[in-house]
Amino acid sequence: MPKAGSESSLDGQGKPLWLVLELTYRCPLKCPWCSNPVDFGRAGANELTTDEWMRVMAEGRKLGALQLGFTGGEPMLRPDLEELVAEASRLGYYTNLITSGVGLNDGRLAALKRAGLNQIQLSIQSADRALTDSLVGARCHDLKIDVARKIKAQGFPMVLNVPLFRHNADQVEEILDMAEGLGVDYLELANIQYYNWALLNRTELLPTLEQMRLAEQAVVAARARLGERMTIYFVIPDYFEQRPKACMNGWGAIHLTIAPDGAALPCQEARQITSLEFPTVREHSLKWLWEESPTFNTFRGDTWMKAPCRNCDEKERDFGGCRCQAFLLTGDAANTDPACARSEHHHLIEEAIAESGRHGRTAQPLVMRQTCAAK
Amino acid sequence: MTEALHFQPQDRPFINPLYLFRWEESQDSYVMLYPEGVVKLNETAGAILRHCDGETAVSAMIEELRQVYSGGDEQVAAGVHHFLKVAHAKGWIRIKS
Ligand code: SF4
Ligand code: SF4
Repeated sequence: MPKAGSESSLDGQGKPLWLVLELTYRCPLKCPWCSNPVDFGRAGANELTTDEWMRVMAEGRKLGALQLGFTGGEPMLRPDLEELVAEASRLGYYTNLITSGVGLNDGRLAALKRAGLNQIQLSIQSADRALTDSLVGARCHDLKIDVARKIKAQGFPMVLNVPLFRHNADQVEEILDMAEGLGVDYLELANIQYYNWALLNRTELLPTLEQMRLAEQAVVAARARLGERMTIYFVIPDYFEQRPKACMNGWGAIHLTIAPDGAALPCQEARQITSLEFPTVREHSLKWLWEESPTFNTFRGDTWMKAPCRNCDEKERDFGGCRCQAFLLTGDAANTDPACARSEHHHLIEEAIAESGRHGRTAQPLVMRQTCAAK
Repeated sequence: MTEALHFQPQDRPFINPLYLFRWEESQDSYVMLYPEGVVKLNETAGAILRHCDGETAVSAMIEELRQVYSGGDEQVAAGVHHFLKVAHAKGWIRIKS
């Protein structure tokens, strides 16, 4: 007899369901929480060509990938974006464009629609022009609002992504109102994660627990008010949760990211684990990278786990947390994620929160994303 | 959650345009794709959603599914109604107004 469809599909049965293409690390903005590598100028040289991306997409579909994200950097900087989207649609992907909005003019928006793009995720940083502009280091608040309206007018599902941190966490109510006014379908209030640029700026960017509680209250109220008109995602950052996030649903479980130079990554941050090597699609097939490469197999399953994760009854739920966070904060990617209160390194998280909120601490200017002298 | 909706026989549900519903060979099933996820559908869910084209009325849908599924008429009708309610609550389908 008919019954509700199963939601169990997050188990990819070994397939990389989510393929993310970082088309470029280049970007006109200077967000001080950017998830791109701090040395993005060097790591992003030698971007894959159109033909190479086409091959990656075809191989991804053969491996069972269904969702395809085009991101960066700013993917609009690739003039071949429309061509890639058209091929992705032809291959049967659900296509997502993740953009700051810069470069998304009427002509390109219409071309992307024609190419079959399914969804656009636009980022904005506050409901306040001056704050947005100063946070991203460019005058673009008005442009983003304008792009949001155009995206809506073209009939795309409207996903608005707002990275949250101390500077804008008190504005969640205003942001919710702005999103409602724009007719947003999905609002992601995405607490930033502390890697790369965000880690450099962690002391300044970390919100307080009090801020998070108030933000959560505003979200709960908005959900009750808006019902099914807007879906709101909001998760308290792992720094305040005593437990790590179930990062990527497990290493090498369903996520596969290809960096601008073709490096295959289990997640967009993984490059920071300098103890691993990241071979590229220029040297290997996607199938080999996903199924055979040491990079993907090192932290698959749970045999790599050490205590306390190894003997923990929660390991099925969070997979021991994030390998990148473990590496960046403890120096060993096989350690328990220090966000977990059971980790012997958990004090590192508590100290970071304490330092960030210390009375009388002199605030430092944010380090804006920029290329280092080398480039 | 908003109140559950009971579909009328003349209603013509259709797939919410935010979602993409299609057959996926590699999963050997119908899937629902949307900005934040993938849902793999079981056989009956797929069979019902295939009829959610904005043209087919709920009554006709039940009629057709009777041909495909065993079980009493009442049972099939109740099953379809229940599934449509769930699918609507999940935001997968809408009704033409
Ligand atoms: S986070 Fe900001 S700087 Fe980094 S890629 Fe995105 S828009 Fe560009
Ligand atoms: S000890 Fe490891 S498995 Fe257990 S809750 Fe902490 S991170 Fe998760």
